[in-house]
Amino acid sequence: MNEARATETRLVGRPQDAEVSVAVPANDVILKVEDLRMYFPITRGLLKRKVGEVKAVDGVSFTIRRGETLGLVGESGCGKTTVGRCISRIYQPTDGRIWFEHREISKLAEKEFRPLRRHIAVIFQDPYGSLDPRQTAGSIVGEPLEIHKMVRSKAEYRERVAGLFAKVGLDPALMSRYPHEFSGGQRQRIGIARALAGDPSLIICDEPVSALDVSIQAQIINLLMDLKEGSSGLTYIFIAHDLSVVKHISDRIAVMYLGRVVEITTPAELYSNPIHPYTRALLSAVCVPDPDIEATRERIVLEGEVPSPVNPPSGCTFHARCPEATPACKTTVPKLTMVAEDHEVACLRVAEAAVKEEQ
Amino acid sequence: MCEAGPRGRMLEVEDLYTEFKIDQGIVHAVNGISYAVDEREIVGMVGESGCGKTVSQLSVMQLIRRPGRIAGGKVWFEGVNLLEYRPNSPEMRAIRGGKISMIFQEPMTSLNPTLTIGRQITESLELHLGMNKKEARARAIELLDQVGIPSAASRLDDYPHQFSGGMRQRVMIAIGVACEPKMVIADEPTTALDCTTQAQLLELMLATIDRCQGALVLVTHNLGVVARYAQRLYIMYAGKIVEEGRCRDIFYRPSHPYTIGLLNSVPRLDEAKGKRLVPIWGTPPNLIDPPARCAFYPRCPERTERCRVEPWPELKPVEGEGHLVRCYMREGGRGA
Amino acid sequence: MSDVSEQVFVDQSGPDQVPYGRPLDAEVARPVSEWRRFLRIFFQRKLVVFGVAVLVVLVVVAIFAPWIATHDPYRNDMSKALRSPSSEHWLGTDSLGRDTFSRLVYGARTALIVGFGTVAVASVVGMILGLLAGFLGGWVNAIIMRVMDALMGFPMLVLALLLAAVLGAGIHNVIIALSIATLPAYTRLMCGETLSVKENEYIMAQRAMGAKSLRTMVKHILPNAFQPTLVLVTSMLGNVILAEAGLSFLGIGIKPPGVAWGSMTADGYRFLEAHPQLSFAPALCIMVVVFAFNMVGDGLRDALDPKLRGVL
Repeated sequence: MNEARATETRLVGRPQDAEVSVAVPANDVILKVEDLRMYFPITRGLLKRKVGEVKAVDGVSFTIRRGETLGLVGESGCGKTTVGRCISRIYQPTDGRIWFEHREISKLAEKEFRPLRRHIAVIFQDPYGSLDPRQTAGSIVGEPLEIHKMVRSKAEYRERVAGLFAKVGLDPALMSRYPHEFSGGQRQRIGIARALAGDPSLIICDEPVSALDVSIQAQIINLLMDLKEGSSGLTYIFIAHDLSVVKHISDRIAVMYLGRVVEITTPAELYSNPIHPYTRALLSAVCVPDPDIEATRERIVLEGEVPSPVNPPSGCTFHARCPEATPACKTTVPKLTMVAEDHEVACLRVAEAAVKEEQ
Repeated sequence: MCEAGPRGRMLEVEDLYTEFKIDQGIVHAVNGISYAVDEREIVGMVGESGCGKTVSQLSVMQLIRRPGRIAGGKVWFEGVNLLEYRPNSPEMRAIRGGKISMIFQEPMTSLNPTLTIGRQITESLELHLGMNKKEARARAIELLDQVGIPSAASRLDDYPHQFSGGMRQRVMIAIGVACEPKMVIADEPTTALDCTTQAQLLELMLATIDRCQGALVLVTHNLGVVARYAQRLYIMYAGKIVEEGRCRDIFYRPSHPYTIGLLNSVPRLDEAKGKRLVPIWGTPPNLIDPPARCAFYPRCPERTERCRVEPWPELKPVEGEGHLVRCYMREGGRGA
Repeated sequence: MSDVSEQVFVDQSGPDQVPYGRPLDAEVARPVSEWRRFLRIFFQRKLVVFGVAVLVVLVVVAIFAPWIATHDPYRNDMSKALRSPSSEHWLGTDSLGRDTFSRLVYGARTALIVGFGTVAVASVVGMILGLLAGFLGGWVNAIIMRVMDALMGFPMLVLALLLAAVLGAGIHNVIIALSIATLPAYTRLMCGETLSVKENEYIMAQRAMGAKSLRTMVKHILPNAFQPTLVLVTSMLGNVILAEAGLSFLGIGIKPPGVAWGSMTADGYRFLEAHPQLSFAPALCIMVVVFAFNMVGDGLRDALDPKLRGVL
């Protein structure tokens, strides 16, 4: 407990976060990520000589309040999935700190972290690959109960699993079936039931609907939203590349580009007042199923492609594709700057404007 | 559908059936569809995976392999029924890639990894347009330049794996329009790509096809994309067209319960906070020996006893030009 | 529609204002019989049927050898040496007067014991080593796989010869020698399978849930990486029986008085012109059995190959 307190003071002490920490009571923050970095080594040859690094996540910081849904959005290779896997400690982050329930978890040994794992659940993208094909649906869902020894008897186990099935809209009579007998949407429900089994306070949803058919996506999105409403303080990190879906489900959205967060704000603000040039391009690239609106929307077509994270551009990683880049963008890494309540942007031009205004 | 004269009509598919024979029975992937594409028109073919939208397009190109077969129907293109040609006949090969070309979803598997990009483009130029090596090469450079591949001349001798996903799809587009086809079929051309790259490429594809005055069939599950680009839409479900009409009619006067369901179940970027999605219940149907009734029946919020006992209804006109719907509940002139 | 969304069992009940139709789950979750598909493809080839038939006969003969054999296969009777086939001795007798047919019957026992024994020892040890190497990676992988590479450096039979020569003759030693010689095949296969199964999201899910490595390996990786080993086991059976015959032929396999087809072939070799059946009968047995095992292995591979799913 003392350690947690000490951490808190440190948090408040950092100037960048001061405003967030004042606005929200400290105990409301369930997860805080600070300067997270995940570099994957590229090795070559028999001796595994390191020849380079993939900078999948390169300095990401954010906080999540209890009961909130934070959307992480960005294109493939932007590091959003890696952020999720670092938090759930599927990967051991290269650098940076993660506080979960006021406890620093990024450096914990696996043995110490294991009891915490049931509080941080993960829902995976692929409803086919994320369920063991040789396990029955019931034993998949009940696995966290077994691993963390959360039940005392067989009867209690069955009852809990049946309860989880019902909770996600599956008939408990299907407990003895195998994954291949279920449709994609039903499999994803099984995955969700498994995530719920450990009674988690944080669920990391990694592209949970992108592998599903359009008509099934809505079922799963609604289910996730209902589950959150039905519990007190369940928190989601919702990772997806589909901005429409993320906007629908999230309370706040962090837009990522090449391993960094470029903008964090609320969905309404993101839609009406996107500031980072990349966010604007991303928004304009999404088509709205409405011909009249589509006919009038401006479209920002970006030049070139996402650079390789092995050798990211200097300064602001977006500078080469940015229509508004200045020479300074090539050299200076922009920091997330508060531009309004609940709206932070990492863009030098915004920072410049803010400085000018103050003067 | 057939009342329009032959003028301006590019392609007309009549009562096409394609089936696959598998262990569990016969999959009726395309179950009697008819549609038409006019010159320079952009037509959207919308449906979820397994609805037969891709198979119908492969059937038009006669690219169906065992255990599948085209079980019936006609494909009229420039006054001839393409299905009368054998799949590997010289006539059919002249059509494929020459007059009708197809852009696939997965560029990695549709490009030959052992041939250079240049060779793959010049091949069809030499075959279909009778160009010599030098002309073909010059044209290939021009094409790659048009699709936005930097320093095209030097990249002509590169192999597919040396290109990124987006670049490969650009190459696919270049190959697709190389012979200035009359019609391009784009099967989920950008689904495997990222949002911003998707936007880039769709714009590029449209501009390129526009330049060679071709028609485009856009096969996709993404309602937003067709809302932006298509002039007319066909909504497919379980191997049949359940609704067709002008884009605006479909989006503003959707009539089939499935179309309505689709529109209500996708989150929209412009929606207000707190709007709840209305999903379509259940799961897409199994196409193995399906019952004769409307395949949407088990999931339909408006179903009646009649829908259960009677076979699939016919396509009947509803409000809007050329707006047809296949639903008993919309008969008797009632629009949506 | 809006009230429907409040329901808990969405898939089961569907839009409840309409009373028709069966529950959707029943419609969707139609069990697919993998087993029937397996049998259909497996028995598609005539040669597989032949292989299975041969194996059944072999197993029956091996088990009921004392009842099938017409004579005691071990009893020397010099007075009856080198008889030609007759109603008394169906395949004649060898140079020590032992009944060739009875020896063939008992030889089936030896072949099966060596075959199954070797395959059991090698596959179990190989799977454990491969699983450890693939799952743990790092130095564990490096050590195990380098040792296997070293073993792979020798041709299987040469290695078996070497080991058998060191260990000495006898059925146990033959099994040990052949197990060591065939071990790398299982280890490498299992290691490769483990590496590919490990990449699945359900293994990642295990880590995210906090499962310990041993649990993940035994409960999730092993069952999913097992099938290719099964195919290898059947095709290895043939190889092992052939190798045992080779060792016995060279006199460092089964010790006399043990009966083995290989040593029978070698013994009869001296009388090839006068009594060709002494060599040819056991040699034919070896050939047929090895062929049968290979056919069954091929059939099994086709039936279990996920890449052929949909094609066949």
